[in-house]
Amino acid sequence: MNSKTSIPSDAKPRVGLFVTCLVDLMRPSIGFAALRLLAHAGAEVVVPDRQTCCGQPAYNSGDLDTTRTIARGVIEAFADFDQVVAPSGSCAAMMVHHYPKLFVDDPVWQRKAEDLAARTVELTTYLAANMDLSETTARYDGQVTYHDSCAGLRELNIKKQPRDLLATVEGLELTELQDCETCCGFGGLFSVKYPDISGAIVDKKAIRVEATDSDLLLGGDLGCLMNVAGKLKRRGSRVRVFHIAEILAGMTDTAAIGEDSDR
Amino acid sequence: MSPMPGDTNAKCHDFQQAAQDALNDGRLQSLLGRTLENGFQKKRLQGMARLPEYDQLRDRARDLKNHVLDHLDVYLERFETELVKAGGQVHWARDAAHAREIVLKICEDVGAKTVTKGKSMITEEIALNDHLAAHGITPIETDLGEYIIQLRDEPPSHIIAPAFHVTKDQVAETFKDHHQHLNADRDLSEPTSLLSEARTELREKFLHADVGITGANILVAETGTAMIVTNEGNGDLTQSLPPVHIAVTSIEKVVPTLEDATLILRLLARSATGQEQSVYNTFFTAAKRPGDLDGPEAFHVVLLDNGRTDLLASEFRDILRCIRCGACMNHCPVFGVTSGHAYGWVYPGPMGSVLTPHFVGIDEAHLLPGASTFCGRCEAVCPVRIPLPELLRKWRVRGFAAGHPAGLARSMLRAWAVLAGRPKIYRVVMAGAVAGLRALAMLGRVGGAFKDLPGARGWTRARDLPVPQGGTFQTRYRKGER
Repeated sequence: MNSKTSIPSDAKPRVGLFVTCLVDLMRPSIGFAALRLLAHAGAEVVVPDRQTCCGQPAYNSGDLDTTRTIARGVIEAFADFDQVVAPSGSCAAMMVHHYPKLFVDDPVWQRKAEDLAARTVELTTYLAANMDLSETTARYDGQVTYHDSCAGLRELNIKKQPRDLLATVEGLELTELQDCETCCGFGGLFSVKYPDISGAIVDKKAIRVEATDSDLLLGGDLGCLMNVAGKLKRRGSRVRVFHIAEILAGMTDTAAIGEDSDR
Repeated sequence: MSPMPGDTNAKCHDFQQAAQDALNDGRLQSLLGRTLENGFQKKRLQGMARLPEYDQLRDRARDLKNHVLDHLDVYLERFETELVKAGGQVHWARDAAHAREIVLKICEDVGAKTVTKGKSMITEEIALNDHLAAHGITPIETDLGEYIIQLRDEPPSHIIAPAFHVTKDQVAETFKDHHQHLNADRDLSEPTSLLSEARTELREKFLHADVGITGANILVAETGTAMIVTNEGNGDLTQSLPPVHIAVTSIEKVVPTLEDATLILRLLARSATGQEQSVYNTFFTAAKRPGDLDGPEAFHVVLLDNGRTDLLASEFRDILRCIRCGACMNHCPVFGVTSGHAYGWVYPGPMGSVLTPHFVGIDEAHLLPGASTFCGRCEAVCPVRIPLPELLRKWRVRGFAAGHPAGLARSMLRAWAVLAGRPKIYRVVMAGAVAGLRALAMLGRVGGAFKDLPGARGWTRARDLPVPQGGTFQTRYRKGER
């Protein structure tokens, strides 16, 4: 395995981008933003074509056999990278914390899962550790607020990283969101299985977002962002919603999440 | 037999409907906001801020509880030995029905007509009040919240704030309905007048009760002591005024020493209400001794198992650390909009969703472990560090094995699983899905988001669904886009 062989110190680390199923399906621009940022952070980025999803829909439904099958696929697809980066705290936490637990009765795969877990990093964490934070990354003149998605926050301690990165954006002013650590009500399939409860929870989130009087809401997980953006739109709010990677890559001229591209 | 009290009709199948009713109840929603977000959550933070070693205490409490669970038999036997030595009696109750029989027998033996009750979730768990009433014994709840919901014939909506779902005006209405011997035109607009009316009504009951029944928050093995915390002092009056006191509690409440009890106490009130201490911390060791000024003539402790030894041997063992502070429900986004009644059984919120499937079976309760976004906040605030999301997930695994979800939802999950395991086909299907959704969006001129999408109506009922940006990432990337 490449990760075990020593690489010359001046060689670029080989990073495999785990795109995530939602970014692949709903919003490729986040994937392209991640590619640019990772390259900027000095990585040689590859997108393996064998990836699909991290398996959370099956895992959170209690279907462990299917989850294991999907996890094995991900583990194999990303076996040859120094690091694996995902633009989602939720998917990264799945790979970091939950894959190893799936194989407690299977030492061979557990070792592989642990190896993947040790190499997997959420995007903002990777960038904050590998970019020169004194350099300007992009420019955005306006006021933004930030939602801390639950899995990233509580399973991967993602809190400071996105804020450090946003501080490199010229002109950007961050207003902290009240209850930014409270769940938005997305919860993956939860939002489909319990849509009205989810809808009531995200309504509270949208009200908090509006109260910041920000131009943009940013976050690190597309699922949560689609949920909040959908609710803001339903409420007739003017707040635009982007993934943090998009603003760091200077891509806010694209239509925001849920926004008409012909606006 | 089922540990489920026969006279309690589980509403778990109706969780979605019950939740919907809660969502449509504007008055309840505003009470939830006031009680949880602006009440318990803020007060807990303030309480924590005054206790820098809070997290270390949580580790110690977790370790203490684990130690007790590893040696539960030893500490329970020690508790019994010490209590008997001090002049009390211990009754071991297998299940709810057994516990009800034991309590009824004690009451009947002394010819009890009325019993006063301190707040006790265990007596809710065994549905004691209905059983006593059915045998001609009148139970009177003396905790203000419990008193209110008893008059209203409702179950508690929260384990530490049983009547938070009732407004002040509703309480006034309830009192006027039930206290008909009082002047119908009296002014009950102030909380203090409600309180003083309840106090006057209850004072009489305290003085004339034949038996007092309380729960117990903690049992101390080294001294045979049971203890409760209350904020109203009603526990003291329930325990000390009637000639007989029965503490109905469960086996996992035992700790080795008084010192250990103080560790639990330092965490309990802070996690629950943010108080450093509950207002009354009452320790009772056996009955009144010669020379004591007050206290009951007889003291009984009913130790309920009701499936707990099964839990001890199961993958859900960690839930037995629970000290019933309510922090998990106070911080749960789902509880925060559904309230406790929606959960359909005695214990709501995350801890309830772990316990209820054990008590009523996963077929009955499979919607409860699902009713979590897995946001992890319950675990983050739990004073004894119970991995609640992990336990809920274990129930989901059991639920899935038992065929939940069934029907279309299961078929779709299957179909998705087949696709997700086949990247090449997956890519084609996803590209097709994006194209299809884009075409629909175009035809419907929806702009950037669907307001109503057949097949995703659950989602679009509450919020818009963003239209895919166009092309999958994989397709565009393979074409050379960067």
